[in-house]
Amino acid sequence: MGLRRRQSGSDRQGKAPTVSFVGNPNVGKSTLFNALTGLRQHTGNWTGKTVENAEGFCTHRGSRYRLVDLPGTYSLAAHSPEERIACAYLGSDRADAVVIVCDATALERTLLLGLQVIRRFSRAIVCVNLMDEAKKRGLVIDLDRLSARLGVPVIGTSARKKADALRLMDGVEALLAGEEERPVTPDAPVDTAADYALLEEICQDCIHTDPTRRVLDREALDRFLMKRWVSLPIMGLLLLLVFWITLFGANAVSSVLSDLLFAALGWLERAAEAMSLPEWLTGPLLDGVLRTVAWIVSVMLPPMAIFFPLFTLLEDAGLLPRIAFRLDRRFAACRACGKQALTICMGFGCNAAGVVGCRIIASKRERLIAILTNAMVPCNGRFPALITVLTILLLALGAPQAGGLLPALLLALVVLFALGATFAASYALGHTLLKGMPSAYVLEIPPFRRPQIGKVLVRSLIDRTLYVLGRAVMVAAPCGLLIWLLANLRIGELSVLTRCTGILQPFSELFGLDGATLLAFVLGSPANEIVLPILFMIYENSAILLEPSGVGTLANVLFANGWTWKTAVCFVIFAVLHWPCATTLWTIRRETGKAGLTLLAAALPTAFGLLLCLLFTCVCRLFGI
Amino acid sequence: MNLSLASLPLGKAAEVVSVHHTPEMQIRLFELGMTPGCPVRCIYSAPGGDPRAYLVRGTVLALRNADAKSVEVRVWD
Repeated sequence: MGLRRRQSGSDRQGKAPTVSFVGNPNVGKSTLFNALTGLRQHTGNWTGKTVENAEGFCTHRGSRYRLVDLPGTYSLAAHSPEERIACAYLGSDRADAVVIVCDATALERTLLLGLQVIRRFSRAIVCVNLMDEAKKRGLVIDLDRLSARLGVPVIGTSARKKADALRLMDGVEALLAGEEERPVTPDAPVDTAADYALLEEICQDCIHTDPTRRVLDREALDRFLMKRWVSLPIMGLLLLLVFWITLFGANAVSSVLSDLLFAALGWLERAAEAMSLPEWLTGPLLDGVLRTVAWIVSVMLPPMAIFFPLFTLLEDAGLLPRIAFRLDRRFAACRACGKQALTICMGFGCNAAGVVGCRIIASKRERLIAILTNAMVPCNGRFPALITVLTILLLALGAPQAGGLLPALLLALVVLFALGATFAASYALGHTLLKGMPSAYVLEIPPFRRPQIGKVLVRSLIDRTLYVLGRAVMVAAPCGLLIWLLANLRIGELSVLTRCTGILQPFSELFGLDGATLLAFVLGSPANEIVLPILFMIYENSAILLEPSGVGTLANVLFANGWTWKTAVCFVIFAVLHWPCATTLWTIRRETGKAGLTLLAAALPTAFGLLLCLLFTCVCRLFGI
Repeated sequence: MNLSLASLPLGKAAEVVSVHHTPEMQIRLFELGMTPGCPVRCIYSAPGGDPRAYLVRGTVLALRNADAKSVEVRVWD
């Protein structure tokens, strides 16, 4: 038995003591952390949300504390990347106190990690969270008795109550002020079976069931939802609903935002004129960089600001692991991991976010399959263009100026096509380049929980939306400059842009597209939102990106430039299946660490998309359509 | 009566006897509570019967049948 000397907060003059939070995934650890710090930090109702340590400060009764939220982990024997982060941190001795967060409804399981931490760290405190849920299920937990048995302070909390979080900090304060050091055995061998035997006995001692409470059969809902003919329509409806709300809401906000931004831009232009700034400065800066950024913000922000919160709501309610569970067999057939369903869902929001999310997949082979195929589902950035072109397709086919539902249905069809492509590509990879047997994995299915709507809105807006938008703007600004240069530099009579279009024309025609469209996709690589604006700009022979306008105007321009319904179909196929945007590619490079794999991630969907376009064009020619 | 977890009928309760999997997965299953003596019950399955969800120490764990085969259980009478 060894004694470990630890610097307490008061020893470190002027430095806030560090309190780290550990616990299993899904015990409400991050929610507690957020309640205390108010820091932007996202929590989700599934494993592997906190992929790196989140830090924040909290002031409690006049003292400042540095709080560290460690990734959810099941034990100190690290397996997955996020668990390794948690263990490395705990091993480095940087924490002055450790808060072990447990789930009152599954105390036995969630205390296993607690037991390991208690043995290793002298200043540990157990927080039994979700006491309200336990009470609902008729569980009465004797916290004093539990504290006596474990030999450390125990505080009961309900994650949603701020007062409980403050009581927890009182406990931490008392712990740090305490003089005596509890003896620890950091090097004792780990015996999980023996630990569970001990925990079973402790829990029997401390937990009583309230016989007057009727315990609901919580699995009945899941049993019902997992029926084949219940789950499919529900998943389909959810998909349709999420897209419809996103599109409908985004349209309204988008036009207001673009009016505002372009009005501001116009004001800036007039101001520049009044100050008689030279053309070589205002051209690239205002017409190039700022115009592109304004476009991106007005087109990209609204759908993201709606989609991400919706996605987070589904996540917090516990729906995503169930979708993963439901679709697992399909992924097993592809020799991939069922958790890929979760990363695909994230990909609908942003492919770069989806690629980062692949960290939750433990097997390297399966993680690569998920990363390489992630960009095959269209992200938010591609939806506006898809919807516009789908509406134009309907117009070309002679449909009346259709309302919201027909395009939404068509979009759902495109999404199904994208999912089909993802499965096909995963299958192909799993049986050729990334051959191997599906690895074993366990997916924990959390109980359904009522999401905290207010918090979800704020947090996902700040965390995901602004983060993704910030990155997009960073990439778009230099791209705006490039586009402006291409459109304004001339070789002979024609601009470089027009010359490039001419060069690409014969190649593009093979795939049912035209040179301008292909060039727009190339130039739109930094952010797919600007593909259509660039195309519009090339067709209109304009030197600057034009302001967003109605679908009708756009349709006329496209038809005047030789578009038919076939061009629209090829555009949609290629918009779904082409190289990932620059941000995603950069993320893939960072996540895989290999340039070759990044190249493959770009080549795979492009080849797939071109092949399908070629096939479609050939079939059309064959039948003389 | 001893069975593999994968063939435990839906709704029936049993207790874990042993786990024979790759060392990594064995540790993981132990950590998640599937130690010898632990009660388990299969509570629902995806359409087609694979994967299946098990109630283990108050939590719900989903396992593919290929992995559940490695867990030997004794059915309670």
